[in-house]
Amino acid sequence: MLRSLHSIPGLIAALLVMLLAISGATLALNPALERLHTPQPAVAQVSVGQLAGRIAGHLSGIEQIRRTPSGSVIVYHSQDGQALASTVDPLTGAVLAPYSPSVFARWVKELHRSLFLDTTGHAVSALGALAMLLLACSGAVLLARRVGGWGNLLRPLRGSFSQRWHAELGRLTTLGLLLSALSGLYLSAGTFGLIADGSQAEPAVPTLLSVGPALPVASLPALQALDLNDLRELVYPSPGNPQDLYSLRTTAGEGYVDQASGALLSFQPYAGAHQAYELIYRLHTGEGLWWLGLLLGTCALGVPLMSVTGLWLWWRRRQGATPIHDNSTAANADCVILVGSENNSTWGFAHTLHQALVMAGIKVHSAPMNQLQSDYPKARHLLILTATHGDGDAPASATAFLARLGQNPPGPGLPFAVLGFGDRQFPRFCGFAEQVQNALAASGARPLLPLDCIHRQCAQEFQRWGQALGAALGLELDLQHHSQTPPSHDLELVESVAYGAQVQAPTRILRFKAPADGSGQGLPEFQAGDLVGILPPGTAQPRFYSLASSSADGVLEICVRKHPGGLCSGFLHDLQAGARIQGFIQPNPQFRPVQGSQPVILIGAGTGIGPLAGFIRGNRARQPMHLYWGGRHPASDFLYEPELKGYLADRRLTALHAAFSRVPARGYVQDRLLADALALRRLVEKGAQVLVCGSRDMAKGVIQALDEVLAPLNLSVLTLKAQGRYREDIY
Amino acid sequence: MNKLVVASCLAAVLALPGLAQAREVTLTTRLKDYSGNDAYLAIYLTDANGTYQQTLWVAGKKAKYYKHLPDWARGSRMAAAQYDGISGASVGSGETLTVSAELADSLIDAGYQIRIDSAVEDQRDVRADVVLPLTLQGAGQPASGSTYVQSLRYDL
Repeated sequence: MLRSLHSIPGLIAALLVMLLAISGATLALNPALERLHTPQPAVAQVSVGQLAGRIAGHLSGIEQIRRTPSGSVIVYHSQDGQALASTVDPLTGAVLAPYSPSVFARWVKELHRSLFLDTTGHAVSALGALAMLLLACSGAVLLARRVGGWGNLLRPLRGSFSQRWHAELGRLTTLGLLLSALSGLYLSAGTFGLIADGSQAEPAVPTLLSVGPALPVASLPALQALDLNDLRELVYPSPGNPQDLYSLRTTAGEGYVDQASGALLSFQPYAGAHQAYELIYRLHTGEGLWWLGLLLGTCALGVPLMSVTGLWLWWRRRQGATPIHDNSTAANADCVILVGSENNSTWGFAHTLHQALVMAGIKVHSAPMNQLQSDYPKARHLLILTATHGDGDAPASATAFLARLGQNPPGPGLPFAVLGFGDRQFPRFCGFAEQVQNALAASGARPLLPLDCIHRQCAQEFQRWGQALGAALGLELDLQHHSQTPPSHDLELVESVAYGAQVQAPTRILRFKAPADGSGQGLPEFQAGDLVGILPPGTAQPRFYSLASSSADGVLEICVRKHPGGLCSGFLHDLQAGARIQGFIQPNPQFRPVQGSQPVILIGAGTGIGPLAGFIRGNRARQPMHLYWGGRHPASDFLYEPELKGYLADRRLTALHAAFSRVPARGYVQDRLLADALALRRLVEKGAQVLVCGSRDMAKGVIQALDEVLAPLNLSVLTLKAQGRYREDIY
Repeated sequence: MNKLVVASCLAAVLALPGLAQAREVTLTTRLKDYSGNDAYLAIYLTDANGTYQQTLWVAGKKAKYYKHLPDWARGSRMAAAQYDGISGASVGSGETLTVSAELADSLIDAGYQIRIDSAVEDQRDVRADVVLPLTLQGAGQPASGSTYVQSLRYDL
């Protein structure tokens, strides 16, 4: 529902909103540009009378002086019967340039407020502002829900490129866009007379005028008393008409000035409604508030990007939600698959499962979780595949599931299995899958399998679950899931450094470059901490390795330990210099140090040092980095030893704490953390972020150790995770 | 109070013969090819000194901008009664506005003038962009304007 509130106005109004935003951003430059070219007199530095007198020294036939909110002074005058306009220096009154309003700016302004369509266009523009308002509000609520509450709004964001950029731009620009949309709507309402814009009758023309010769303009007391910064407009009397008056408009009101006495007559201050309208007009246009104009203009520039990424996300959701081959009806199916998916990656796994079951001769019905039926007359199994949204919330296609389940539990006759998809980065990994499992169990249904969770769409874990499911169903189930892999690149091995053979941990640091003969496209773009997917020959399942370098280093570097019987690790260890492999990059932006001055605590064991060494190598800003690492023996598998010593020397690395498990004073990395508790607490108090890379067992041990370290601060790893300060890359 | 009565009687006296011997004047105003938004125009009658007498036409729908038509605004006090039923849309660059107005015969060849004040958004407000004496002989003879008005002509 909420998502529709966001996507429907987005779809309908995307082009209009983009047009308004781009034209608005263009207009927003004007106040700043104007201000840049205009000397700004201080308050009480120049009076209107002084300036008018100075202008009279340079120009004749003056009819009107206008001061824009940005401080430009424009003089309309005539010379030899010719109507002229000039901008003048607000301090000296000297002519700066002939004044002619920019044709381009006028064109953009008309486009922005009425699309050249007059009244109809004004209404369309107003609808655009309304759409913007809806989009900003619903987007903010969606974002808050996605990150698990308003308090987490500033937390680092995760997701696909489009999702992240859409949300990131959204939270950067929402306040500005809200201000633009609301003020725009107010101005539109004024245009259509729906609210008072504060226009009021002109002050009455005074009838009793003093008799006498006209004073020079510089000697008129009313103008001498008026600071130039308060002037809007001064209209001169008709030449040669002693009955005529100066008309004066200031920031406070309007009135007349007697030519002979110089007295201010019939002055009428502006009403509150007028002042409010003026203020909102300036908030919208940035006139006289050049910095706000630039700020709002910058926010508006986010709109085209958000429109494009938003349309793309919508399209992807639609795409993925479509055809399932051989989908039986709910009434006929032997087996029902319900899918809870946020952006369709879970649907991909559901398709694989669906096809495998159909191949095994089973009639399968697949549907979104929100379409849970009260009755599946023929079904014998209910399989649920679901992602988790934000902090343990339901993903888009499962938001109504728990409520529907409460009304119509499937009963004991329908055994179920739940498979969760998620990312262990999140404190509530597969939290929604757990809720579904518990709710189904509580409804009296019998679990076919215990709850299982897949970390980051790992195809191998999915295959293992398939085997367990097959065993429970009494059939052979081989789930070969192939996510769409990005295009591969040719990589040529240039160096392979061996470590650890003596301590039964054969490990190599492998360095690849784009093929030297120039046949390939060069190295792809990547950062340390991203993953490279490598397909060992004769297999279809890529293996992923954390990258220890970034493309800026000119080399693609990974650190690989050979596992007994490991297909891919064995293949990589046997590669000779000059050999070529195929690889593709899978970005892993959540596992990266956030740049800044806060310290970074890097923790790893074994080959987990790879991306950590990459972060240190890229630390040109000399952000304080503290490395805790565990190996087996300093003489054999001290990975990156020479490099790390160099980094210590040039201060890219602040401190190195290595632990070795096969030396007399044996210890693990957890022991080093405990021993260094005081220093670690100090770093965390300074806002340190923690990046952990290594095996799952090590990661568990590190969490235990750090919880112990942090306890005196009333902090835990869970809290750090919730703050986005604790990131893991675990295998 | 007395003044008001006198003024009302005077208006009635002026109006009655006016209605009896009025004629329709066609006013044709052509604007220059200036660069800017549509122009607001006030076409009005003054005496030989330029003192406001009567509004003939106001082009431009938003009364809040009428103050930019300086002499006309001053003379008419922008009272709605002065332009009720004789106003219309603003006029674009290069366009021609043709309107008709009722004029008492007694105003012709009596030293009266037709004037136009004009204004364009964010540009100059112009008093007496064009001035044209109201005479029988002058009918059909266009006069040139100074700023936004290319020419004004009246046909009796």
